[in-house]
Amino acid sequence: MVLCAEPTVSLPLNPGEEGGGTLRAVGLAAGAMNRMKVDEEEYWHSSKCKAFTFDDEDDELSQLKESKRAVNSLRDIVDDDDDLEKFSWSGEPVGSISWSIKETASSSSNAPEGRDSGLQKGSSSHPALPKQASSYSISSFFKGRNKLGSFQSLSDALSDTGVKSYAPELRRPKAEYKDYTSDWSPKDTVRRMQRGKICSLERFRSLREKLMLLDEAVAVHDGNVITAILIFLKRTLKREILFQELEVRQVALRHLIHFLKETGEQKLLLDLLRFLDRTEEVALSQYREHLSIQDAEKRREFLKGCIRLPFSSEDAVHVLDHYTLLERQIIIEANDRHLEAAGQSEIFRKYPRKASILNMPLVTTLFYSCFYHYTEAEGTFSSPINLKKTFKIPDKQYVLTALAARAKLRAWHDVDALFTTKNWLGYTKKRAPIGFHRVVEILQRNSAPVQVLQEYVRLVEDVETRLNLAMKYKCHDVVIDTYRDLKDRHQLMAYRCKVERGSAEEDKIDSILSNLQIRWKN
Amino acid sequence: MPLGQPVPGWAFRVRERYPGTYGALFVPPQLPGKKDLFIEADLMSPLDRIANVSILKQHEVDKLYKVENKPIVSTSDQLCFLVRPRIKNMKYVADIVNADKAMGRSRKYKIIFSPQKFYSCELVLEEEGIYGDVTCDEWAFYLLPLDDDLLSMELPEFFRDYFLEGDQRWISTIARALQLLNSLFGPFANTYGIGRCAKMVYEVWRELVEESEGDSHARRPEISHVFLMDRDVDYVTALCSQVVYEGLVDDTFRIKCGSVDFGPDVTSSDRSFKVLLNAQDKVFSEIRNEHFSNVFGFLSQKARNLQTQYDRRRGMDIKQMKNFVSQELKGLKQEHRLLSLHIGACESIMKKKTKQDFQELLKTEHSLLEGFDIRESTSYIEEHIDRQVSPSESLRLMCLLSVTENGLIPKDYRSLKTQYLQSYGPEHLLTFHNLKRIGLLTEQAPGETLTAVESKVSKLVTDRAAGKLTDAFNSLARKSNFRGISKKLGLIPRVDGEYNLKVPRDMAYVFSGAYIPLSCKIIEQVLERKGWLGLEEVVRLLNGNEFAPTEPVMEENPAWEAQRVILAVFLGGCTFSEISALRFLGKEKGYKFIFLTTAITSSARLMDAMLEAKV
Repeated sequence: MVLCAEPTVSLPLNPGEEGGGTLRAVGLAAGAMNRMKVDEEEYWHSSKCKAFTFDDEDDELSQLKESKRAVNSLRDIVDDDDDLEKFSWSGEPVGSISWSIKETASSSSNAPEGRDSGLQKGSSSHPALPKQASSYSISSFFKGRNKLGSFQSLSDALSDTGVKSYAPELRRPKAEYKDYTSDWSPKDTVRRMQRGKICSLERFRSLREKLMLLDEAVAVHDGNVITAILIFLKRTLKREILFQELEVRQVALRHLIHFLKETGEQKLLLDLLRFLDRTEEVALSQYREHLSIQDAEKRREFLKGCIRLPFSSEDAVHVLDHYTLLERQIIIEANDRHLEAAGQSEIFRKYPRKASILNMPLVTTLFYSCFYHYTEAEGTFSSPINLKKTFKIPDKQYVLTALAARAKLRAWHDVDALFTTKNWLGYTKKRAPIGFHRVVEILQRNSAPVQVLQEYVRLVEDVETRLNLAMKYKCHDVVIDTYRDLKDRHQLMAYRCKVERGSAEEDKIDSILSNLQIRWKN
Repeated sequence: MPLGQPVPGWAFRVRERYPGTYGALFVPPQLPGKKDLFIEADLMSPLDRIANVSILKQHEVDKLYKVENKPIVSTSDQLCFLVRPRIKNMKYVADIVNADKAMGRSRKYKIIFSPQKFYSCELVLEEEGIYGDVTCDEWAFYLLPLDDDLLSMELPEFFRDYFLEGDQRWISTIARALQLLNSLFGPFANTYGIGRCAKMVYEVWRELVEESEGDSHARRPEISHVFLMDRDVDYVTALCSQVVYEGLVDDTFRIKCGSVDFGPDVTSSDRSFKVLLNAQDKVFSEIRNEHFSNVFGFLSQKARNLQTQYDRRRGMDIKQMKNFVSQELKGLKQEHRLLSLHIGACESIMKKKTKQDFQELLKTEHSLLEGFDIRESTSYIEEHIDRQVSPSESLRLMCLLSVTENGLIPKDYRSLKTQYLQSYGPEHLLTFHNLKRIGLLTEQAPGETLTAVESKVSKLVTDRAAGKLTDAFNSLARKSNFRGISKKLGLIPRVDGEYNLKVPRDMAYVFSGAYIPLSCKIIEQVLERKGWLGLEEVVRLLNGNEFAPTEPVMEENPAWEAQRVILAVFLGGCTFSEISALRFLGKEKGYKFIFLTTAITSSARLMDAMLEAKV
């Protein structure tokens, strides 16, 4: 159940990884296979929805396992792997196009350019194309294609010289030729463009006509034509005029913004956004550019420049934090790389780093710092306390992360200290900003010994949950004490059968059961 | 008992009747001779569904490459590119052509756009100075039949292009796809719809119909109703965890173009299998629409039956045995394979779901849908984020909270956003901006809790006046109005005792009986009422843009009425849960649903579409 069983800390590089992966490989997220019966019942009783359980011991899984066994036992009767590919459900593995592309990729990466045909062992065609015949006859659908509605190029559309064909294969019916010389109205022009037919736009020189074109395209909802006309307008109108007109034409405006984003015309895009007074978008759009800067130092410089951009007050803080975090990471990275290379530090020797900390999220950085730099004084950049203060990390988040890191290292003493608070009289008390059942879960996943576990199981407030956890993790003392506190003699007697004969636990149960002071409820 | 018998081969009949769509060339005769073909990654799976390598070979394709950001190694004199009309693809081709030019190398280049060419693409070719060096063509591949009742346009980018960026370039593409269906199975008798995009598609399609009116023969329409719906009419359904088998398989393994890659953990061997998931798979077709809790029982029953059938061969004489081997064995073997794969998939799903506390997750989702324990749910989401559980999952839950609650209260919004950035990276600032623009994750305007004001007012004045007031608020904040809609349409079923998932009573079974998918409920209501009459309040809460035929065509023949075929069109994607729900509805009411979607979607795909790619 531990997500990452190996003793080293691993910091996956790609936080955007799809699926259910956690950013740090510590098994924080994994739930227990054995769901607690009580929890479950509570939920399914409180809800009218039918439960379907993922319980290990549940009937359904065992049923499933049984069926699996049954099916597997049939395997030797039916096992003949060689006819696998004949079944359509195997997704036509050999003849498929994706498969073939993979083959091309691997063969071309193995073979340096130029030599690659020589490597193909006498076969004149590519080896990735098996000579087997198609299993189904789509080929019958293959016919030469009639040129139906493929439209003319924009360049043609923009030129005023009439007929001009760059692509000889685009045969046009003769009747169409006369169209190019006719004077189409904006409305007709748009209609023809919709059908992919050629129309000269250069003729539309007055602003009024240009806008009629645009409005007509918007009216017929054709984004392709809207963008084509916008490109024409962009070429033939002064920026200010274009922007002004677009301000009152939101649909067209969105098309232009999207087009500029796609083609990467950042400067014009920013001008447009500024003109529209969309300052926040100006800021975000510039901030976005950092994604394409790979070098950490350059990225830091760039982010520094972003700080003074007109973000919302809320986002301004986030961007500043982003900059500070990267700055911090660069320092830590340089320092730790040095430390690790020198081989002097025990922690780096014992748990070599798997990835650089650069560009990791804050929480991952905190985890890293709790793992490698836990005891450092607050003054250093890499100390967890310093990170917590700089970035105002909430207690809850801090404790969760520190707990995960220290448990990973099996530093139980640190775990203990994390939850111990002293009041003004000097009494100590255990407190946690997260539920103690979570603490137990995390400790358990890092294979904490029973002595450590039971201390926290005891602190779980809800009696039912506590009992369940205690039983699940064999914290006998906690179970016994809880039953005693509940004055539940029957349960205690029942539990006596579950502990080892002659063990200390049994003795303890016996002594409690014989205690005459207790007023049992049953 | 399988739910919703699919219409036999409905979608495949598209191919039958219009082979041109599918056969029409990847490699036109204009580029004769040996050539290398470069295919865009997104087109590989669709192409795989309708062609294979030997077909390409007949067209003298020598080598196949994926379009990717790497220098090419091809030595061929002719290069062919099969791509979506995207700017980045044009730049990719331009780089190749210009590199060749610099080296003094001459080749022939052809770009084939699927499904169509855009003016903006040609502009890039022109600007890059390669216009004329490259010839262009179109492959009008609009519809991919994924299953007997499911057609996909395989245009996942439509969702972002339209709903986030407001770009309408795909609208005429969709209208053309509709027109294609109309010409094959039409004329469509009754067309209903809701949503801004739906309305535009409808208008463009009507134009196309009128243009081609001449060549439509008067024949009996095979599709009686069409229902068009925008994805943003119902985000809630798409954001929920899926619990019917097909949806769960999609959420867990991601079904791609109708097939799924089952890894070694499922196949219990060292290899992965690509498995086609459709009505042809006898095991799958019986469990796909079932709630996951019923699947185990079914599979074990099936395993037992299989065992019995194999056992029959004991005590057979030679002749019987011969018969058995020649007639039954192959089928049994195949069934056996399918069975073991689906059992493996179930096991793998259970393992994964147990790890991430699926129960607790579902409980939170159900609370959000029903609108109680909002505080508790918020702190569950917070903990999800703090523990760095999958980024898209955390985001999805935040969106569900926002869409059901008409936005987060400012304090929560700030705190969750901050924690999210801390857990998953500050660059998600851009993701949040996108989510806000599209309306998936918003902040309630500070100082006014709209719902509170509204409910107070509605107690004081008549419904009508309250409605007007809400309209005024609507213009201030884009609201999903989920609570109001849910109440009006009764989306949260009231059940005494337990909801029987084995014998579902309504479409809510696809969400464990907790919630009837809004999108499907709307379709049900409109079909039942033959229009929007009586749904005025719901329509208003859904921000309008509904339409219906001016005079619904009533079917004179009652026998035919009972066999209504309804084309449900989802603009921006539909989920497998919605498909299952409508298949169920169809079975209950005696309709046949067929589906046309721009792409199959899921909560994870919606979230992915909101990310800013590294450029």
